[in-house]
Amino acid sequence: MALTKSELIERIAARQTQLSSKDVELAVKTLIEEMADNLANGGRIEIRGFGSFSLHFRAPRVGRNPKTGASVELHGKYVPHFKPGKELRERVNAAMHREKGGDEGKSDKQRESARSPSASAGML
Amino acid sequence: MGALTKADMAERLFEELGLNKREAKEMVEMFFEEIRRSLEDNTQVKLSGFGNFDLRDKSERPGRNPKTGEEIPITARRVVTFRPGQKLKQRVEAYAGTK
Repeated sequence: MALTKSELIERIAARQTQLSSKDVELAVKTLIEEMADNLANGGRIEIRGFGSFSLHFRAPRVGRNPKTGASVELHGKYVPHFKPGKELRERVNAAMHREKGGDEGKSDKQRESARSPSASAGML
Repeated sequence: MGALTKADMAERLFEELGLNKREAKEMVEMFFEEIRRSLEDNTQVKLSGFGNFDLRDKSERPGRNPKTGEEIPITARRVVTFRPGQKLKQRVEAYAGTK
């Protein structure tokens, strides 16, 4: 299960009264396009509380054609990179600890003994 | 060139779609907030034409304080990763070629 663009549009539309779904759809598509255009032109994106997008350079290298085994020169290239911001990191991580319930509060020793095979064997 | 920010994105919605300034600002906020909520809910986000935000659970691993050299475990955590879509990857690669 994943949140897709159309589902995202529906959720935003449901949260506000002033704009039509059509307007929300156009707005979301415009935002995504603007972000993609920006990266395609070599730019950075910095969204406080969410994260930043930038380009990382991949050095040229010699690759191989898997069929023939012949070596091919691969050009250096840029790839998009995302670094999550503090708020996103913390919220996602806190949610995991809530789900897994309380393990966070235990000492390392307690965690270790709960995990180790000898401890579980002893309990059986 | 400066980085693209939420203010720039709101400005674009104002100029191009005619949203008023407050609506434009709220729209940008909601866009990122709904993505955060989904990720908080452990649900992957797929934006076609851009990429996917995935979640990965990492177990505890040994670490070290780089300043003191003291051993401290890196606690178990959930992290967000971004996988750019094919289209975005190709567009970004094309940029490198024309630089």
